[in-house]
Amino acid sequence: MYEWDFSPVLAQGGFLLAGFRNTLILTATALSGGLVVGLLLALARLSHRRWLSMPAGVVIEVFRTTPPLVQLFWFYFGLPIVLAVEMTPFLAAALTFTIQSGAFFAEIFRAGIVSIEKGQWEAAKAIGMSHSQCMRRIVLPQAVKRMFPSMMERSIELMKTTTLVATVSYADLLFQANELAQKTFRPLEVFTVVALMYFVTISFVSFLAARLERRFARTGEFTT
Amino acid sequence: MAGPILRLSGLGKSFDGNTVFSGVDLDVYPGDRISILGASGSGKSTLLRCINLLEIPDAGQMEIQGATVGEPSRSGRARYPERQLRDLRQRVGMVFQHFNLFPHMTTAGNVAEGLTTVRGMPAGEARQRALTELRRVGLEDKADTYPSRLSGGQKQRVAIARALAMDPDILLFDEPTSALDPALVGEVLGVIEQLANEGRTMLLVTHEIGFAYHVSTRVVFLGENGIYETGTAEEVLKHPKRPLTQQFLAEHKRFQF
Repeated sequence: MYEWDFSPVLAQGGFLLAGFRNTLILTATALSGGLVVGLLLALARLSHRRWLSMPAGVVIEVFRTTPPLVQLFWFYFGLPIVLAVEMTPFLAAALTFTIQSGAFFAEIFRAGIVSIEKGQWEAAKAIGMSHSQCMRRIVLPQAVKRMFPSMMERSIELMKTTTLVATVSYADLLFQANELAQKTFRPLEVFTVVALMYFVTISFVSFLAARLERRFARTGEFTT
Repeated sequence: MAGPILRLSGLGKSFDGNTVFSGVDLDVYPGDRISILGASGSGKSTLLRCINLLEIPDAGQMEIQGATVGEPSRSGRARYPERQLRDLRQRVGMVFQHFNLFPHMTTAGNVAEGLTTVRGMPAGEARQRALTELRRVGLEDKADTYPSRLSGGQKQRVAIARALAMDPDILLFDEPTSALDPALVGEVLGVIEQLANEGRTMLLVTHEIGFAYHVSTRVVFLGENGIYETGTAEEVLKHPKRPLTQQFLAEHKRFQF
């Protein structure tokens, strides 16, 4: 019978927390960068100008269809060779996950934008708005609300995918957990605690998101 | 007498080679209230949508306050630069069949939106103006309500206030009561009638023949390819001269008592 003993893990709690902090920093960076990249890619993809929509389509497809681990290796090992730039684990990870999540966010943005009824564009144009004013004031705010659940889903996915950065020695939560497991010889306990940390964080964010959705619904702002 | 606010000469539109209408000539003078009637598919809505360039006409020309809209091009078909589209649309208000309110903005927000975003008016001033327009359509107390909480009739009245806020020279109504529950038609027609009494210039596509008769200074009946019969409400609706108009009116009166 296995005897669970969490005490060595808890004694080194600070070690895990440092990794947790790095995971949060990376996730937040990739998330905010990814939203910007995603919106730009979506707008380019929807453009009538082929020289904009074509390359955007290629970027989106490449990053959606290749394994994130391979992308991470491209950026970490490949890019310094091609461009002769210095690459840190954090920079490689931030770039990879910004563009990768950007590609997914782009498809979510695009779906959200095209889901807005033609009448909304017409009503906005009928009071004299330009295309970009329509997009900014009328279409995007509604699209973002519709996209909210898929965005949340994707962000949770992103947080979990960032565990891959342990492979390029970025000291995220999983990397630290590995180290600790080897030091304490308590891998089961260490990874159970790590799973719990992800569980609590993501559940808490989901809870906030659900509350926000309910608030939209209450004011009538969310429904059409 | 002052010149027309709007003059259409030889206006035409076709979709994929199918002519919707062609050769439409129409002068709209200040205070005119012109109802556009016709069988479905006769291009009433398309004509209206061409006037504020939500559809781009492919023949003829349009003048507003004496100034030609669009630029002639080599093909003989006018071009409409983005800038001109936006200017024209601010002078021609549009009310849609399905209201098309902005669901993420309050009622006052909907009405003020054009003023702030398009005209650059400060938010406070725009809100005051929005409240004035909402009062005009009897919905001042709904200023901070979102559209999803309004009835269809209330939504359409907000949409009218939204168009009015831009001080348009002409108001276009595209079947404003067709999407409404019968019990709610009256309140919207009431607002339109009140605007008519204020001397607003308007073009109205409608199936409410009785209302058209009551409110119009002129009636235009569209046939297969353009204007088929036109005249005063009395002439066209009471004593139609041409067979299609007569047939159309007979159809519409069949179940009246």
